[in-house]
Amino acid sequence: MTTYTSEFDDIPGTRVFTARRAKQGYHLNQFCMSLMKPENRERFKAGERAYLDEWPMTEAQKQAVLDRDYNAMLDQGGNIYFLAKIFATDGLSYLQAVSTMTGMSIDDYQQMMLHGGRSPEGWRSVRDGT
Amino acid sequence: MARITAGLTTSHIPAIGAAIDLGKTGEPYWKPLFAGYDWTKDWAARNRPDVVILVYNDHMTAFTPEIVPTFALGCADEFPPADEGYGPRPVPVVRGHADLAAHLAERLILDEFDLTLLYKLDVDHGLTVPLSLVYGQPDEWPVRVIPLAVNVVQYPPPTGHRCYRLGQAIRRAVQSFDEDVTVHVWGTGGMSHQLQGPRAGFINTPFDHAFMDRLVTDPEGLARLPHIEYVREAGSEGIELVMQLIMRGALGSGVEELYRFYHVPGSNTAVGHLVLQPVQEES
Repeated sequence: MTTYTSEFDDIPGTRVFTARRAKQGYHLNQFCMSLMKPENRERFKAGERAYLDEWPMTEAQKQAVLDRDYNAMLDQGGNIYFLAKIFATDGLSYLQAVSTMTGMSIDDYQQMMLHGGRSPEGWRSVRDGT
Repeated sequence: MARITAGLTTSHIPAIGAAIDLGKTGEPYWKPLFAGYDWTKDWAARNRPDVVILVYNDHMTAFTPEIVPTFALGCADEFPPADEGYGPRPVPVVRGHADLAAHLAERLILDEFDLTLLYKLDVDHGLTVPLSLVYGQPDEWPVRVIPLAVNVVQYPPPTGHRCYRLGQAIRRAVQSFDEDVTVHVWGTGGMSHQLQGPRAGFINTPFDHAFMDRLVTDPEGLARLPHIEYVREAGSEGIELVMQLIMRGALGSGVEELYRFYHVPGSNTAVGHLVLQPVQEES
């Protein structure tokens, strides 16, 4: 791992989508792209597991999708702009889907945003605790 | 001779497009945000260029996991609004300027910016939301648009310095186009936001204001900001701000700030908007 990549590990609560993660998540992200076609969205909704089994994804990737565990999808190489195709299929907005990664309810997250968003204090550096 | 007569920055949040398309701009949540663009709409009606070079990022709509071009120039006659999963936005087809795009492709590549050239491109909210914010809901867009798509999704995106230098090269390229057309350059995206992980919802207002200040007065220095500082201070998706340096490079060394607007929140994001005008005459 290069210094460039490892530096990002110092950012709390963040998985930067590096070239390495792009390779890891390739099939997961390709599955997401397939949901841009209405007929594929219908097939996915009709049988999620069967549709996922058509893709050479890892079991962990498939389970993360079935669970709508977006943090797990990020860990498995997903990126939010691909994963957006899943929550669009579910009829969720960015705000609704993104809030699920924070451990907050949608309402609490929405209130935080209305009050200026998440403060940077305490979210800058794991190493420095700042 | 072609001339760059203005530049602007603006966020390109998808929910803004949805609010416009669904007639929600007067709702209490959205009203302050759209009011912040009233000045610009009036200015834009009185200062209409022939062409907008619109710097934006595709959100894995036209591009896929299969190909990740760092800089990609739209060279087609037209660019249809993309279906991003909710159906295409009900906005006009974006008309290109193939002659100027071909000229830019030639000059920029010979100037050692190795662009990817796109002859078929569906444009997503990254490009159409800024057009809606500035030009409203016309039957046809009043300007031609040359899309310049920048990878800011997969790290590493281009450095701020490379973006700034590309902007400077765009200025040279436009000035060598032998037709009397006026050009605006728009740098879209940002400001601080993070759409992933437990840190999602991250907003850094002091950083955003400082970024706008430096974009106006110290772009050379700002261009040296490393990626890690964007992630630390503006969030993982705040890296989009590097695209604004392309716009700034294209305006030349001195600019006058005509207008500034800043608002939190637009969905998950800090909304930032600047309108700038080059100070010096074209040389």
